[in-house]
Amino acid sequence: MSTAVAQKRGLGAAIWDYLTTVDHKKIAHLYLVSGGLFFLIGGLEAMIIRIQLMKPDNDFISAGLYNEMITMHGTTMIFLAAMPLIFALMNAVVPLQIGARDVAFPFLNSLGFWLFLFGGIMLNVSWFTGGAPDAGWTNYAPLSTTSPGHGVDYYVMGLQISGAGTLIGGINFLVTIVNMRAPGMTYMRMPLFTWSTFVTSTLILFAFPALTVGLFLMMFDRMFGSAFFDVALGGNVIIWEHLFWIFGHPEVYILILPLFGAFSDIFSNFSKKRLFGYSAMVFATVLIGFLGFMVWAHHMFTVGMGPIANSIFAVATMAIAVPTGIKIFNWLFTMWGGQIRMTAAMLWSIAFIPSFTIGGMTGVMLAAAAADFQYHDTYFVVGHFHYVIVGGVVFGLFAALHYWWPKMFGKVLNEKLGKWAFWPFFIGFHLTFFIQHFLGLMGMPRRYWVFLEGQGLETGNLISTIGAFFMAIGTVIFLINVVYTSVKGEKAAADPWGVGRTLEWAIPSPPPHYNFVQTPLVRGLDPLWVEKMDGKEGMTPAEPLGDIHMPNASILPFMMSLGLFIAGFGFIYQVDNSAWLIAVFVGMGITLGSMLTRSLKDDLGHHIHKEELEADIKKGVAK
Amino acid sequence: MRGWMGKFRSLFLFGALAMILSGCGVDNLSALKPKGYGAELLLDLMMISIAIMIFVFVIVMAIYAFVLVRYREKKGQEDVIPKQTEGNKSLEVIWTVIPIILLLVLAVPTVQATFDLADQSTQGDEGVLTVEVTGNQYWWHFNYEGEELATSQDLYIPTNERVYLNMKSSDVIHSFWVPTLAGKMDTNPGENMNTMYLEAYEEGVYWGHCAELCGPSHSLMDFRVIAVSPEEFDQWKEDMRNVDPEAQPETTSAQEGQELFNNNCMSCHAIGGASMGVGPNLTNYANREKIAGVFEPTKENLVDWIVHPDEMKPGNQMPANLVTEEEADKIADYLLELDHSEVGKDLPTQAPDEE
Repeated sequence: MSTAVAQKRGLGAAIWDYLTTVDHKKIAHLYLVSGGLFFLIGGLEAMIIRIQLMKPDNDFISAGLYNEMITMHGTTMIFLAAMPLIFALMNAVVPLQIGARDVAFPFLNSLGFWLFLFGGIMLNVSWFTGGAPDAGWTNYAPLSTTSPGHGVDYYVMGLQISGAGTLIGGINFLVTIVNMRAPGMTYMRMPLFTWSTFVTSTLILFAFPALTVGLFLMMFDRMFGSAFFDVALGGNVIIWEHLFWIFGHPEVYILILPLFGAFSDIFSNFSKKRLFGYSAMVFATVLIGFLGFMVWAHHMFTVGMGPIANSIFAVATMAIAVPTGIKIFNWLFTMWGGQIRMTAAMLWSIAFIPSFTIGGMTGVMLAAAAADFQYHDTYFVVGHFHYVIVGGVVFGLFAALHYWWPKMFGKVLNEKLGKWAFWPFFIGFHLTFFIQHFLGLMGMPRRYWVFLEGQGLETGNLISTIGAFFMAIGTVIFLINVVYTSVKGEKAAADPWGVGRTLEWAIPSPPPHYNFVQTPLVRGLDPLWVEKMDGKEGMTPAEPLGDIHMPNASILPFMMSLGLFIAGFGFIYQVDNSAWLIAVFVGMGITLGSMLTRSLKDDLGHHIHKEELEADIKKGVAK
Repeated sequence: MRGWMGKFRSLFLFGALAMILSGCGVDNLSALKPKGYGAELLLDLMMISIAIMIFVFVIVMAIYAFVLVRYREKKGQEDVIPKQTEGNKSLEVIWTVIPIILLLVLAVPTVQATFDLADQSTQGDEGVLTVEVTGNQYWWHFNYEGEELATSQDLYIPTNERVYLNMKSSDVIHSFWVPTLAGKMDTNPGENMNTMYLEAYEEGVYWGHCAELCGPSHSLMDFRVIAVSPEEFDQWKEDMRNVDPEAQPETTSAQEGQELFNNNCMSCHAIGGASMGVGPNLTNYANREKIAGVFEPTKENLVDWIVHPDEMKPGNQMPANLVTEEEADKIADYLLELDHSEVGKDLPTQAPDEE
């Protein structure tokens, strides 16, 4: 049935296909496109911020708009760009790496995406309806609870909806990795990207509920007259800070760990060596994930928790440097003695090591609680977390996209353009953010709309702005590369790099929608490499050729998310006019109705028959 | 050379680092040019951490450079398959244990400094000054505990004495930061009062910032700490206590200004006394370093500010167009005659701007 749909080739059919798809590879495309779009919006906001700070006392944008810019830049980049781009990679790669035909819950996978997208759209709609959220991406109460207009309401509803999507996605990958591994794929044979996805999903499972709770409290404070954060009525504003950072700190590791995994795969591939210290790497990943939950209050050293709490959180934070250091050294020693091939993916990965090391080191400096009294909320912190998030996450995304692009789209990104995009971005990145450490120490707090003349901050800010333009140039070249490749690129082989080690490189690029004709038998770490070294062409199958059971496409996830989207507006505006409650009921009706339909209607999926598979093999689209 | 770090400073690396970094930023604003106990202690801690981090970075980069140069794939080697090493136990132990030791070296002074800066043992002792600091959108109120006097925006303190600050906020969270004297501390609304202390080594005017996003004019919520000798400080207290809010100004314009001020502004502002109103206390206004915390203290700016505060500091509470331009001119004359104390006038800097 779904093959019939896929064969229809109209634009309408293609759109319908993507609206209803439950195929993890297509959902990866959806995440990539929407995450990429939000990345561009967030980047535009960043450019506006840097233009405003180009010179002292600038009035390029107003103070209120500036606060909206910084809030939306942070929120967009974290929740709407980095998270979905990571989910794009996880969706594209993890099922392939473990030898599965799809994720454990394909329907939920689709639901997770649509919730994220509608939440993200909701947040951005606020630009056109009287003002975006303006209390910073951390949204501290009572600035947020007392912020006039509906901006913060959009923040609360938008993140609540997209956060639910993320939570669903996390649970899905957790179950997928526990249950769907091919025969022989033991935990200690999983590629590092799968391992880090596993740990990240666990972090999502435990961290996002804290955000959900915080957002609910804030929602009730703003829309229904509760007083959790209203000190006049006995509330307490510090509660929000704790809830936010109990989520917010693990979030940092949710972002970086999958890319650590991607880097591990890339270093190993392009050095033609197995990962040095595999078990130490796995252990370090798990340890970082675990410690990530013990350190949230290091964002709150100046809140007044007292020296005992500050010291404990300081030392716990420093401890994270140990497993991170283990990783850096193991990557270096993976390359040691190898045959390093400098592809674009490798270039981004190589650049990551010094950049992230600097970010990690400033992290340790920030962990020194007392010294943080000087660093906190200054440009030193801005410099630090951009070194971690751009130097780690964004470099990682670029590296991983270059690496897995052929597997996702069947074409290898142009290498030359890839390197051209790299250099301006890399140089621009260091220009922009290195100087910010010094700006902070020289007395420039973060989130400053203007800085004054004569405080020695002019040069540094100008350099920083120039750097931002270089980064923009790099991004544009990457986009050109994407277009160029899709038009001119040659079709990629199953293993386009020729040095593939893991399962995804054993099947065609892009894979058929059922991925593996026969589930492969895994005989060791780097299963494809094991087979190659034994002189075999591909994987040994673990099952005879037979019918494959696949899930059906469904529009219901889209409808459920649409319903919540509509209800979200109802919740926001019922404060002004109770007629908006209609939107709440209509929206919730759509969502609950879709859920009811899903529960009552049996959907047993469909089978791909043996004959079709044989035909596909003959055509070369499956193997 | 105060503090426990003094003896280590002569070590080359610290000395060199401190030299390089102290070139950064302007006096009385940069955290790298400490003029007080807290800032100096924290700079020492930063130096230790930077030294350790540079040590680690150099090692990582040395291995990195070697690997990249030595193990690049060369032409004709495309088919070479390198040895597939699994790992190395002793290496793993080395790069686990050495970082732990380095972190302990950093953790001990960190904990010491954290407790040191939280010390409140002398607060409330005879002769120890405590100031209640209140953050407001977008100004600071300083109430001298037990002294019956208060100021806004400019905090006067005696040098070489520990001055405790009890900090809270009347609205949203702010953060009190004077980089050259001490680290920052948040001012929270409600019950969560924080205490920190300042100790300035030299007389001077030190620049302060609000460091927690508090609304549109967050970046315009600057203030100053003015450190004067203990004798001068006593004189200043005396002067401030003896302020007569009803005193007749000299010029007629200022007299009319006083009348206008009393009729239009007194519901929020005060002159003399120690209570905190809706707006800042304007005692000794003529000696303010800045207008509204950030603008040059010219009459023109002051008139602008009185008539259009919303345009100069977006989102602030002072109503616009309460008086006409002419009236504001007279009020400005009056305010600029509120010269209640000579103390602090001889201090060299008005602000870092002038360097």
